[in-house]
Amino acid sequence: MISEAARADIDRWVEKYPEEQKQSAVMAALRIVQDENGGSITTEMMDEVAAYLDMPPINVYEVATFYSMYEHKPVGKHKLCVCTNISCMLRNSKGVVDHLQEKLDIGFGEVTEDGMFSLKEVECLGACVNAPVMQVGEHYHEQLNPEKIDRLLDELRQES
Amino acid sequence: MDTQKDQVTIELNDTRLEARQGQMLIEVADANGVSIPRFCYHKKLSVSANCRMCLVEVENAPKMLPACATPVTDGMKAWTKSPKAIAAQKSVMEFLLINHPLDCPVCDQGGECDLQEMALGYGGDTSRYTEGKRIIKEKDYGSLVSTEMSRCIHCTRCVRFGVEIAGIPEIGGTGRGDHMQIGTYVQKALSSELSGNIIDLCPVGALLSKPFLFSARSWELKSVPGVAPHDAVGSNIQIQTRNGKVMRVIPQENEAVNEIWISDRDRFSYLALDSEDRVTQPMVRNSDGQLVETDWQSALEAAVNGMKMVASTDGGGALGALASPSSTTEEFYLLQKLMRGLGSNSVDHRLRQQDFSGQSDQIAPQLGTTLQQIEQQNAVLIVGSDIQREQPLLSHRIRKAALSGAAVSTVNPDGIEFNFPLSGEVVTDQLTPALSAIARAMVDMGMGGDLSGLSALVADANVEPAHQAVAESLIGGEKAMVLMGEIAYRDQNQAVIYALTGAIASMSGATFSVLTEGANALGGLLAGAVPHRDTADATVDSVGMDVASMVDMAPKGLLLMGIEAESDLAAGPAAADAIRKSEFVVSLSTFADSVTMGKSDVILPLAAFTESSGTFVNAEGEWQSFGGAVAPKGEARPGWKILRVMGTMANLDGFDYNSSEDVLSEVRGLCDQAETEKWSWSALSDLGDASSCTVASTPIYQVDSLVRRSEPLQQTPLAHAGQATTGGAE
Repeated sequence: MISEAARADIDRWVEKYPEEQKQSAVMAALRIVQDENGGSITTEMMDEVAAYLDMPPINVYEVATFYSMYEHKPVGKHKLCVCTNISCMLRNSKGVVDHLQEKLDIGFGEVTEDGMFSLKEVECLGACVNAPVMQVGEHYHEQLNPEKIDRLLDELRQES
Repeated sequence: MDTQKDQVTIELNDTRLEARQGQMLIEVADANGVSIPRFCYHKKLSVSANCRMCLVEVENAPKMLPACATPVTDGMKAWTKSPKAIAAQKSVMEFLLINHPLDCPVCDQGGECDLQEMALGYGGDTSRYTEGKRIIKEKDYGSLVSTEMSRCIHCTRCVRFGVEIAGIPEIGGTGRGDHMQIGTYVQKALSSELSGNIIDLCPVGALLSKPFLFSARSWELKSVPGVAPHDAVGSNIQIQTRNGKVMRVIPQENEAVNEIWISDRDRFSYLALDSEDRVTQPMVRNSDGQLVETDWQSALEAAVNGMKMVASTDGGGALGALASPSSTTEEFYLLQKLMRGLGSNSVDHRLRQQDFSGQSDQIAPQLGTTLQQIEQQNAVLIVGSDIQREQPLLSHRIRKAALSGAAVSTVNPDGIEFNFPLSGEVVTDQLTPALSAIARAMVDMGMGGDLSGLSALVADANVEPAHQAVAESLIGGEKAMVLMGEIAYRDQNQAVIYALTGAIASMSGATFSVLTEGANALGGLLAGAVPHRDTADATVDSVGMDVASMVDMAPKGLLLMGIEAESDLAAGPAAADAIRKSEFVVSLSTFADSVTMGKSDVILPLAAFTESSGTFVNAEGEWQSFGGAVAPKGEARPGWKILRVMGTMANLDGFDYNSSEDVLSEVRGLCDQAETEKWSWSALSDLGDASSCTVASTPIYQVDSLVRRSEPLQQTPLAHAGQATTGGAE
């Protein structure tokens, strides 16, 4: 069920669009619902968004599967999104990935046993100037190396 | 718009062609017989321009342009077979084949596959790819459409069909890039009544007919044109057979009738033809009360002698005949000729109608306009009809009108939803008060009309804003139609509802359309298979028994044609009882239902749909003839042949026909002469009891014995959808 708070949040987005184009708010609505659900959405939630925005469910599925920021399986508390595109690759993103996988003992698309971290391979984050790059939550972590990564993981663990 | 200015001249492959400004290049090419390969473009769907197969070279354009999305402009020069165009087409073909499996030998689409043809015509002869191909898990779309999505080339025709034609977006493209898949995302069976059309639209073998799967190759099939036997649209079909067996049914394009579509009912009802309970031998009940198989001669003699016996002891009036509303016009004509020859006017085919008190004042069930004209209406009022399920392709025309701005409103029981937007809705299980209120609103707005007999009802009506809105939209519509459907037609107070609906139409200057059950209700009336009118609307000296009276009075002798009493008649069990009470029953039967088998004294096996020639008259009055596609099963014979012999054996004059065409030309001749006189409608004088109870619409896959026996249709979600029922009429 979409909570009252989430509904209010979605309504703010609906208001931004013409009355007969409620469905324009679908991306925002999906993000709000995903945040509320701890980082992933279920089919039932997509159906609810569809009903709330008065659009066919299949159109919500299309949007939610097209964009990589929507997760359809549960993720860890912190989702580590590592760029492996050309610039990062040239600056050893593979090393970043290997280090993270070894350190966390998970592969791409998996969640650590304690539910703290999940790892995701993403396309260009638009921060090539400071490659290799990783996004965690709303923050970019740039010019990564093993030490930086270890520090970041510790910080994130302590945060929670 | 200035037509002169509207015209442009283009050069296509160095040939000068006239075209309309704004037309797409591919349309101009199609109109002039220039072939451009395509997958995603379809003339009945919006342009998506995503397959890139129709790339052509256009002068001054730096790159190849897709012909489906390139509007023509004056002086445009384009080439479809220049070296650049050919190279582009070849590249696109190569791209499309990267992931397409090379499984043509086991693919049902093989032989009628656009991709196969284009690959032959425009592709290379070898593949440069050695990588593995994309595999997509098979999806379950229900009992009608089978999927093999690894073959999908993402043209999105099926996606656009769902949005634009079916009005139920169920299929979409999920994921992106290499991971994109066409599908429903969640497992579900398609719920549209038109879903089978995506099989035809799919240019590859991704969407196929599930019942037809792996049963024949397209080149082995013989195609015979036919007319679909389930509703008053008269959709044109191709019946495809192999070795005397119907293998599948596909649509035949006819812009004036069904465009390029057919309903699932039309497409999959043929599956009933092989059901186990087909009657294939003439049978006569012996002195022990057992039905025994016999030859045609003895069975026909038993039938005719029995009926003549009843007529000689109790008079011809003791005989009654009931026929399926989907019988052919020829069958209707011969049936009533036989019955009237034996001295009875009691012939009827209006099996689900309950109130016949207004029959002499009513016009024939017809559209009053053409199917194509429906699209041009500005205002439509639907009275008592689940039109989308009753007449799927007629409803599609209303949908087109609604989407282009027509105000469509309904007076319906609760729970009926349509795939088009409604501008007004009166939800009621009492049609009479609602219609009275709309009429009252019109009178209050100064619309005059002949309300004799209805005056009191209308004067007492309580006008609510919803009624007012309907009245206003009808009066405001330059082209308006009022369409009365099955729920209204079958009501116990049909006469009053009919008169009110007619009055609303006449006051607002709207076309009055009446649609009822079966494929040939209009043909039945024209042929005279009704108790109150002879062929071509001629008057009868005494009105015979209608369906309701026959159920009440159980005629001594009954002739049934293509009927399953319990499912086909409104009265159901009561009708079965009437048949059981009758002294002598002859059944022309396609299927062996329990009532027929339990009671009939003589059973004559009747050829089914696809096995007999004949003519259906559709709602707009179009006479559409068809031939038999396969031989009747077993000893079954076409109805017109059985009735012809019965007429001859009964020593009646005028039964010496050589073919169904002879019968047709006789009945057609009579009707053509009568068509100079306009069918008339006049308001009722006697209202009777004006309290109204609404009946339910017949569920879409219960309308006749064929669809009831088509297993795949019965497994669809539509077959199980909750039907709107209100009131206590049944």
